Amino acid sequence: MNTHHKTYNPYVSPFDPCPPIQVKTYSTPPHLYMGYQPPNLQQFTPSEALRAGTIWKAFYDPYYNTLEMAKEGIQT
Amino acid sequence: MWIYEKKLQYPVRVGKCNPALAKYLIEQYGGADGELAAALRYLNQRYTLPNKVIGLLTDIGTEEFAHLEIIATMVYKLTKDATPEQLKEAGLGDHYANHGQGIFYHNASGVPWTAAYIAAKGDPIADLYEDIAAEEKARATYQNLINLSDDPDINDTLRFLREREIIHAQRFREAVELLKEDRDQKKVF
Repeated sequence: MNTHHKTYNPYVSPFDPCPPIQVKTYSTPPHLYMGYQPPNLQQFTPSEALRAGTIWKAFYDPYYNTLEMAKEGIQT
Repeated sequence: MWIYEKKLQYPVRVGKCNPALAKYLIEQYGGADGELAAALRYLNQRYTLPNKVIGLLTDIGTEEFAHLEIIATMVYKLTKDATPEQLKEAGLGDHYANHGQGIFYHNASGVPWTAAYIAAKGDPIADLYEDIAAEEKARATYQNLINLSDDPDINDTLRFLREREIIHAQRFREAVELLKEDRDQKKVF
């Protein structure tokens, strides 16, 4: 299973004016790995799907900002 | 021809009056990777694409208009009872000078929408790759907006819109695969 975000460590200079962010992240949603959608994938119920934005569980990748993640204890 | 249903594709709830957030959200209204650009790009490109993918562009182009009115609703609700003083504080004084309380097609910096944001090459692969790029850029814009916003109700709607960009990108990628396919190697499910 692929993770839906990746991280990297940018170069940190001793002369950087702002406190360095050691780890940078970017989003890699599931569709990047799918190719043609395979048949018989798992589905949400119709009412769940209307809220999620997709009926296919495999494509569901909600994005939260750091504030929301801290509040709800979501792991990065 | 279209049939209009007088309801939003996803509900818009707004936590508090926040014109500064509206200023950011307008990027997805009249910005280069916004919903207006997306809708017009797809609905125009579809005339010169192979038959089997025209319907996809019609469907996605139409849905982009549904997203456009979601963004407009958010901007409207975030600013509707703001005083000129509050708009000025939010950096919307220059917007108010021209448009009053009106909504307009420009990006977060106030640059008006232009057809130069979109392209039509008349080449199916070039056009579809542009569409994939547009969806990924719109997805990234929604991520930026979620990062800028502290309104949980707005973020809920923005997350829905971002998920739709993912699905659109997937379908455009599948459209490219369909057009690449050799007829005799066609995989039948």
